[in-house]
Amino acid sequence: MTELVFYLFAAVAVLSAAMCILQRSPVAALIWLVQTMLALAAIFVLLAAEFIGVIQVLVYAGAIMVLFLFIIMLLNLGGRRTTDIRGPAGIGAAVVVVGLLLVELGALWAYTPARLTREVAAAAGPLEAATAFSGGRAVLEETARRGVVGAVAEPLFRTYLVPFELTSILLLVAIVGAVVLAKRSV
Amino acid sequence: MLLGPALALSAILFSIGVAGVIIRRNAIVLFMCIELMLNAVNLAFVALAQLYGVAGWVIVFFVMTVAAAEAAVGLAIILAVFRHNQSIDLQNVNLLHG
Repeated sequence: MTELVFYLFAAVAVLSAAMCILQRSPVAALIWLVQTMLALAAIFVLLAAEFIGVIQVLVYAGAIMVLFLFIIMLLNLGGRRTTDIRGPAGIGAAVVVVGLLLVELGALWAYTPARLTREVAAAAGPLEAATAFSGGRAVLEETARRGVVGAVAEPLFRTYLVPFELTSILLLVAIVGAVVLAKRSV
Repeated sequence: MLLGPALALSAILFSIGVAGVIIRRNAIVLFMCIELMLNAVNLAFVALAQLYGVAGWVIVFFVMTVAAAEAAVGLAIILAVFRHNQSIDLQNVNLLHG
């Protein structure tokens, strides 16, 4: 049942992504992208990451996409009828590059969990295979112990505290940069 | 578990994003394709978090933050480009063309 739902949402995500890059109007492309992100949020929930799914809807499909929509409205691009898709040369280049990329990613995909386990076990390092691979239950155990939000919050505010604080500096720099760039007289 | 199918979906979505970056000339649609690629990477992190523990979720948090910062700065740049030559078609952005 879970797999059926997964493949349903995966099909929705792929089709919406394809429609997103083929739509002539930026607004239509954006709506298809939002559709892709909502399907991905459902897939996150299926992969036992409920909190990430909620954040995906709130932050990505909500805030960031509305930002894009604001810019499209501000520049008055909604009703353009001329296409901006490149000609046959561009599409040929895209086919070649994407084909190569898919071959490479397929080679990476051959890294099945069993092979990962074997290689982690063989390599001497801080990661022990027995603790790292608890039969795919690692996340479920953590969630059962601390709750859906607590499982994210605990490593975020302990192990990754310094990167978390650096993130706030990054956001501050981005805000100042955006204001400086968008100001009329620089 | 669904690790293999999730990683395959991630690869397909990332490739669609790359194709979009190559075939489109509209700067805003280009940014949307970049967001699509970031989402595909997030999916790979969430899928692998099932094996490695919740560190993957924390990385997804950071990726989302960077995506928000990138969108804000990038859209401000698009706004500045639009003010400069009244178009966001990348064919018209050729100041460094020589």
